[in-house]
Amino acid sequence: MNTNFEPKILGILCNWCSYTGADLAGISRIKYPANIKIVRVMCTGRVDPTFVLKAFQQGADGVLVSGCHPGDCHYVDGNVKAMRRAPLVTELLRQMGIEKERFKLVWVSASEGEKFAKIVEDMVADLKKLGPLAPGGGAEKNA
Amino acid sequence: MTERIGVYVCHCGHNIAAVGDVEKVAQYAGTLDNVVIARDYKYMCSDPGQELIKNDIQQLGLTRVVVAACSPRMHEPTFKGALERANLNGYLLEMANIREQCSWVTDNTQNATEKAKSLVRGAVRRVYYHRPIEERVVSVNKATLVVGGGIAGIQAALQIAEAGHKVYLVEREASIGGQMAKFDKTFPTMDCAACILTPKMVAVSQSPNIELLTYAEVAQVDGYVGNFTVTVRQKPRYIVEDLCTGCGDCTTACVLKNRIPDAFDEGLSKRSAAYISFPQAIPLKAVIDEKECLLLTKGKCSKNCVEACSREAIDFSQKETVRRIEVGSIILATGFELFDARKAPQYGYGIYDDVYTGIEFERLTNASGPTQGKILTKRGEEPKSVAILHCIGSRDENYQKYCSRVCCMSSVKFAHLVKEKTDAEVFEFYIDMRTFGKQYEEFYTRVQEEGVNFIRGKGAEVAKVDGQLVVRAEDTLLGAYREIPVDMVVLNTALVPRHDAEKVAQIFGISRSEDGFFLESHIKLDPVTTSTDGVHIAGCCQSPKDIPDTVAQGSAAAAQSLAVIATGKVKISPISAWSDPAVCAGCRICLGLCPFKAIGFNEEKKVAEINQAVCKGCGSCAAGCPSNAIVVSHFSNQQLLAEIEGVLA
Ligand SMILES: Cc1cc2nc3c(=O)[nH]c(=O)nc-3n(C[C@H](O)[C@H](O)[C@H](O)COP(=O)(O)OP(=O)(O)OC[C@H]3O[C@@H](n4cnc5c(N)ncnc54)[C@H](O)[C@@H]3O)c2cc1C
Repeated sequence: MNTNFEPKILGILCNWCSYTGADLAGISRIKYPANIKIVRVMCTGRVDPTFVLKAFQQGADGVLVSGCHPGDCHYVDGNVKAMRRAPLVTELLRQMGIEKERFKLVWVSASEGEKFAKIVEDMVADLKKLGPLAPGGGAEKNA
Repeated sequence: MTERIGVYVCHCGHNIAAVGDVEKVAQYAGTLDNVVIARDYKYMCSDPGQELIKNDIQQLGLTRVVVAACSPRMHEPTFKGALERANLNGYLLEMANIREQCSWVTDNTQNATEKAKSLVRGAVRRVYYHRPIEERVVSVNKATLVVGGGIAGIQAALQIAEAGHKVYLVEREASIGGQMAKFDKTFPTMDCAACILTPKMVAVSQSPNIELLTYAEVAQVDGYVGNFTVTVRQKPRYIVEDLCTGCGDCTTACVLKNRIPDAFDEGLSKRSAAYISFPQAIPLKAVIDEKECLLLTKGKCSKNCVEACSREAIDFSQKETVRRIEVGSIILATGFELFDARKAPQYGYGIYDDVYTGIEFERLTNASGPTQGKILTKRGEEPKSVAILHCIGSRDENYQKYCSRVCCMSSVKFAHLVKEKTDAEVFEFYIDMRTFGKQYEEFYTRVQEEGVNFIRGKGAEVAKVDGQLVVRAEDTLLGAYREIPVDMVVLNTALVPRHDAEKVAQIFGISRSEDGFFLESHIKLDPVTTSTDGVHIAGCCQSPKDIPDTVAQGSAAAAQSLAVIATGKVKISPISAWSDPAVCAGCRICLGLCPFKAIGFNEEKKVAEINQAVCKGCGSCAAGCPSNAIVVSHFSNQQLLAEIEGVLA
């Protein structure tokens, strides 16, 4: 395996909890790998499965979607909708031969800066083990 | 049409520039499509920084602006303002967060610089698709809801009422007053708590502008800043408030007299099922405890209370009532609870007699408490020695990591009260003495001079040896292990979030910090506002604090609400969804997705229609729309996909 491989990760974070949590990691000067590039949405309920597919198509090795803890959604239950859509995303990825480990949906509150940093760190480590994205070449390839 | 984009990369002093190479980022930005100017500058948020943007917009005819600086949560409003001063719609701005999410979390210059470039690239591609949006301005309801009638809520309510505006004060208990009403004296001046609190409580009951709803809780909140609709549930008192004079005849007549542990006395005394919380209660009205009353629980009682009440104020047919009230802003002042000392059994609470918590001690020493203010052991004797232990459940990795802020001072207060009322020796066990407030250190010095033994070392254990309470601790100043026999132990327990803080936060749509208290917008600069516009917080629901700080926050929260009232109008986020009738297939999937019931179905045209006034812009409908008919302003597919492409390119 290529040990110099630096996975590209797209983070899609909700404005109220996770984006603020990621800001808190910064305010607290907690270091985490620069591999993740964050895009802000108002709510994880906004995350259209096509956003995730687009990211992989654009060369992401992993996609992290992060929202408020269940019950804490600023819009009642957008995070629950994101959770219900997750299996669809995973299924679409499976059909495209992309390993399910490359897509992650997590909950990070506005006070969990440390947790956010840890999640990114773990995801980078996992993706390094998994190697670069090879569409159609994933472990669960439909064949 | 092509756009003319300006990119501004901020150094933020050394905050960004020391890690990322801002010049390189700006140079790179200059090479991106549609970018006509890219600059870096020391402080973009400064006046000259903003001027720079304004001048470029005017002189170079910029149509879009990207600022690569701190989090948009910090300075987006600042830069929107700069655009608007140059007659460019504020929504034609995009920020790249190269501080909180780049330079501050990355320790390597190359990585930080490359990441910043990606974020700028994403912002440039996104901003290309931005559209001008007009902010929605709505008129505000001038009434305010205050939740919690402790000193924080009382202060806030009085201040708004004095300014001439309507306040609904919702208190869960039968009386307002909160924790402070239980105290005897208050540090550092030792004013009697009732003497300073009661006049404010009375002022609440007499204010024509305050509508007090006790025995009530908020069940639901709908709407947004300026126009909240709040559902309040009020429990039945089984007493007609207008008739009750607070004489107390029902309480003495009740067959369960002296049978029910009195929560106001922390269970140290017993009351009746018909009771008045405490002598200064506001409203001074009796209440019948429905969990205890024989008639209400068993259906059978001689109803002595009914007979005793000459005003015929008792009404067992009362039911819970539900009210809807309309307010423009909300102040949460729900306060704190105390750490359950049983969770730290090494201190013997609930195991040995004469081990009390701080709040129990407040009742013991209170003239209207269970011992009429005498400090007595369970056997009714004056103690010869008393130990006071600080930090029970605070500053402790096993329980709460934080410092509860008031316990050092209340411990010193307890020591003083013991000295004043008894001849007992007093031993205080502390980790560090935190006497941070005005006149606090002076009070500490005074109590030291009264002959209190201050032992620097956290109490490790309370044991019973041959029938005698013993406190074990390491005296870190002497470097010696100490075992001190005492007759009474006071455990000064941590201030903790209310047990239902999570539920309350959910009802009001706000977040909590890691310690469980309500989360403020900014720990230093915005301590009483929250992530939900129009919902403010004050007092110990935000974090443990003393009365002076609590009162200051109560006033601060009132000022926030008064600001909403004074302008008469609020800007609300214009981010909302719109369904294109030409594309909508009429499948109605979106109707079920909207948490705010903002989407209706036009039966005639067979298309979904979104009510802009109700829509909050979460975008759940857009993500679920199979025909891509729904566009969320400022978070459209086009904009988000362009950004995703950009950051990954
Ligand atoms: C033992 C002890 C001694 C202290 N001594 C001093 C002292 O001498 N001097 C000093 O400056 N400070 C002292 N303090 C600190 C002081 O108690 C606090 O600063 C103050 O009580 C905080 O007031 P509050 O209004 O924020 O909260 P609280 O007093 O807790 O009031 C909150 C109110 O909200 C109500 N409520 C809660 N949840 C809801 C809900 N969901 N709906 C409706 N109502 C609700 C509660 O019933 C209560 O009435 C002491 C604290 C302790 C624990």
